[in-house]
Amino acid sequence: MSAQHRHDHDHPHPKQPDLEDGPFTYHMALTEAVASLLLEKGVFSADELRASLELIDSRSPADGARVVARAWVDPGFKARLLENVNAAAAELGIDAGGIPIRAVENRPGVHNVIVCTLCSCYPRLLLGPSPDWYKSRAYRSRVVREPRAVLREFGLELAAETEIVVHDSTAELRYLVLPERPAGTEGWSEAELAAIVTRDCMIGTAVPRPAA
Amino acid sequence: MSARFAEGARVRVKALYPPGHCRTPYYTRGRCGTVLHVVDHQPDPEELAYGRHGLPKLPVYRVRFALSELWPGDPDPGQGAVVVDLFEPWLEPVEETR
Repeated sequence: MSAQHRHDHDHPHPKQPDLEDGPFTYHMALTEAVASLLLEKGVFSADELRASLELIDSRSPADGARVVARAWVDPGFKARLLENVNAAAAELGIDAGGIPIRAVENRPGVHNVIVCTLCSCYPRLLLGPSPDWYKSRAYRSRVVREPRAVLREFGLELAAETEIVVHDSTAELRYLVLPERPAGTEGWSEAELAAIVTRDCMIGTAVPRPAA
Repeated sequence: MSARFAEGARVRVKALYPPGHCRTPYYTRGRCGTVLHVVDHQPDPEELAYGRHGLPKLPVYRVRFALSELWPGDPDPGQGAVVVDLFEPWLEPVEETR
């Protein structure tokens, strides 16, 4: 605390709420009860539970970007990726988990976007935690009805003749958009290519652009 | 494992509103689409939701719906489609018009 900002002054500071300051809901109680039971019955240990949360939190869009960049430079890998994302990611040492992930490929005239209208399914083990907007009712309800307008709000203006295909993850499958490699990236290294593949490019709310 | 609907088949999602859990979005019910392919075979989520095993596994189809089919009231639905993963019992064949 600086000499100019002592805490014996009279204006209030907004207090950052603690995690427990919200109401303790029915489903929070249920989650805690189920977790305690599973621990008590020895189904898994507290350390295993902690480690699996840590694993999920350790994932980031950089993993997905590596997969996309490899697909751009290696047609054989791309073919295997379109067949089975989990197996292709494993070739790069990435464990994308047990839920099957399928890639949908952007092509000239076809742009893909991912959503989960029923909840918030997302390829977490390949892209890390999903952005808050992905879980919002606004995104989930609007992108299946007026995808072009939604993408425009993300700053993505697609040609009128480009068809937008929205993929709703309603079963035990997750989707990954394989963006088109942009012009102007000829001769780039895989690492340079991966750097322009952002999270939103793999959801379909953006397209990769080489830095100006 | 066999699947009832072939690639390219026209199907309608049953307009049913049963109680309980299911993975069939309301906006697809009663709507017609085209089967792209069988993407997987999975346990029935309506059984899994109640702690049962959900077996035998059901074919899961990728079904493509044109925006104009999903939202017929919209003045300008535009070019585009939504592809939804649907479990076989929710689909019925679209009768060919003579």
